[in-house]
Amino acid sequence: MSIFKDAGHLFRFAGLFVLAFVVFLVVRHFVVPKSFGEYGHYRGSAIGEIAALPVRFAGHPACESCHTDVLDTKKNGKHAQVNCEACHGALAKHADDPTSVTPPKLDTAGLCVRCHAASGAKPKAFPQVAAQEHSQGLACETCHQPHNPGMEAGGAK
Amino acid sequence: MNISRRQILILLPAAAVAWKSVLAGTPEASPNYRMSEHWWGLLIDISKCIGCGNCVRACQTENDVPDGHFRTWVERYHVSDENMTEPQVISPDGGREGFPPVAAGDEGKYFFVPKMCNHCADSPCTQVCPVGATFISPDGVVLVDQKYCLGCAYCVQACPYGCRYIHPQKEVADKCTLCYHRITRGLTTACCEACPTGARQLADLKNPKDPIHEFLRTHAVQVLKPQMATGAKVFYNDLDGSVR
Repeated sequence: MSIFKDAGHLFRFAGLFVLAFVVFLVVRHFVVPKSFGEYGHYRGSAIGEIAALPVRFAGHPACESCHTDVLDTKKNGKHAQVNCEACHGALAKHADDPTSVTPPKLDTAGLCVRCHAASGAKPKAFPQVAAQEHSQGLACETCHQPHNPGMEAGGAK
Repeated sequence: MNISRRQILILLPAAAVAWKSVLAGTPEASPNYRMSEHWWGLLIDISKCIGCGNCVRACQTENDVPDGHFRTWVERYHVSDENMTEPQVISPDGGREGFPPVAAGDEGKYFFVPKMCNHCADSPCTQVCPVGATFISPDGVVLVDQKYCLGCAYCVQACPYGCRYIHPQKEVADKCTLCYHRITRGLTTACCEACPTGARQLADLKNPKDPIHEFLRTHAVQVLKPQMATGAKVFYNDLDGSVR
């Protein structure tokens, strides 16, 4: 007498479980992205997608490759460590196509005070001016060369 | 099958080499950038920050950050002489257009604290994500997979630094990527590029030639909320004890 007598309903039920598990594996194969789990519990290809986003700021090395004259003016001045795009703004488009995309001329009267307006909250060593008293509304570049602004260094116009 | 002692001695090292290449995984698509060679962080020098807001504007330009939300912002602290443990903190429009003037003769001390994602090595935000949409990349940057994110905002609540928000149009979590699209191309982040005083410096902690190592050795550098053990990788130099 077989021990499997009267056990047919169990085998049918087990078969259902196996079938459901196979369906689960098939669905999972199509639903879970291929790169999921490549590096951890996330979609590995997301890293590449984020890395492929477009750049807006060209970066200082891109400026250096053409504007050597400005670099020469800057290198001994107080603005030597200031990146071009800190003042001139994001210019990756200009770096990609220098002839057809040209950056606008900057308004020094408004731009310089962003950093140099006097404020008791700024570090004491940072050069600051009360703009209205200092220049009576004149554009800063009337007296200062923006790429080498110090008066004592011969940077003045 | 009979394997001689000689064959075993040849096969074992070969198997070890093969297993090592399995563990190393597949190399990245970009031939010039290897995630395994970097561990990114950032240095913020409070003593150099002038609160100009250049970083905030640069970040918004570079990353299309929606109005009213910030991936980085600048706070101005006022620690008064009477109450040194409860500073007054302002950040009008994230410090985007600078700060109002300080009243003449005002007592106490003022300073600026730029804030951003700390790219924690043990980030609370990635641990709460129910779908694996946010993660720490192998080079130490906390990123969001916006195709996978449900917008449940668990991570927004979990971040102890308040660095995440739900993008109003995309309706998914959004945050600082440490300009991942820039640093993988050999550029610095937009905020570091635009900072006129060098108060922000991108740091590669795995690169022995990076000046960050010398700086960390020779300065009293802190991270924000160290008691939370987040493994924050944004290092603050000259940070006042009242900063939260």
